[in-house]
Amino acid sequence: MSLALSTQLICFLLLSGALLLGALGVVLLPNVVYSAFLLGGVLLSMAGLYLLLNASFVAAAQVLVYVGAVNVLILFAIMLVNKRQPLRPMRVLLLRRLLSVGVCLGLLALLVQVALTTPWALPGPPSIGEAAIIRIGEHFFTDYLLPFEVASVLLLMAMIGAIVLARRDVLARDVVTGAPADQALLERQRSPLLPSQDASSPSAPSP
Amino acid sequence: MMPITDIPLQAYLVVAAILFCIGVWGLINSRNAVRVLMSIELMLNAVNLNMMAFSSYLDGDQVRGQVFAVFIITVAAAEAAVGLAILLSLYRNRDTVDMEQFNLLRW
Repeated sequence: MSLALSTQLICFLLLSGALLLGALGVVLLPNVVYSAFLLGGVLLSMAGLYLLLNASFVAAAQVLVYVGAVNVLILFAIMLVNKRQPLRPMRVLLLRRLLSVGVCLGLLALLVQVALTTPWALPGPPSIGEAAIIRIGEHFFTDYLLPFEVASVLLLMAMIGAIVLARRDVLARDVVTGAPADQALLERQRSPLLPSQDASSPSAPSP
Repeated sequence: MMPITDIPLQAYLVVAAILFCIGVWGLINSRNAVRVLMSIELMLNAVNLNMMAFSSYLDGDQVRGQVFAVFIITVAAAEAAVGLAILLSLYRNRDTVDMEQFNLLRW
């Protein structure tokens, strides 16, 4: 992208600020619905950063797949399992949080140290800019053809797996007698594997 | 030689590192299972940002990083679909989304 350098710098600062603040909001906000919408904002700013890096195709794929599909899927999951229950208090929760903050800060220090001290082979070959999409297509159909085809198999397996995992056991016809199955099965209340931890609230039948 | 005011490669790497660490913290500390999945998405996006930065700065003519980023996006979509299906099935069986109560295999 041929923007002025100061414009690029301002865009980079704005986008990374939105990215990091949004990510903190995703992790820290108590309401998970706000987290899901902030995740959409994070993914959109990530697409903006891709545009700054001369990658318009991947930016479009990011918006389509992440914002359009994954984020909507997460919102549907929140809608399906939205149970407002008070979480049971835990004794060592604060200690655990502080310990994990320490671990994450250590990891961050390590990563930043590596990023800053490694002698990168800069400047690399000049960027091909908008011709990148042509090059991506060449890669997909020549040297990355096998991963490209395997990815389609992976998506098919994920689709079948998700359907099998998430469906309810509904049979149109009884397996043994061949008679039409009792449709009350659709509304049958599932017995949980273990007794529910909060016995105070009666478990509603799943929608 | 790059001009002084250009965005250095290290800026992208540092942003990706911070994002990855936020994702790790959320993964460890979230008690809502949906938020755990969101943290995983954050980590995958941080890795993608690294890929794109390297592809643009170090591999400008063969944009292999972008190809890998597309593959990562594909795998992340599959992961989200299967993960949410598992979560739904878990919610039906245990009637909760609290990660601390998913302890069937704990000692």
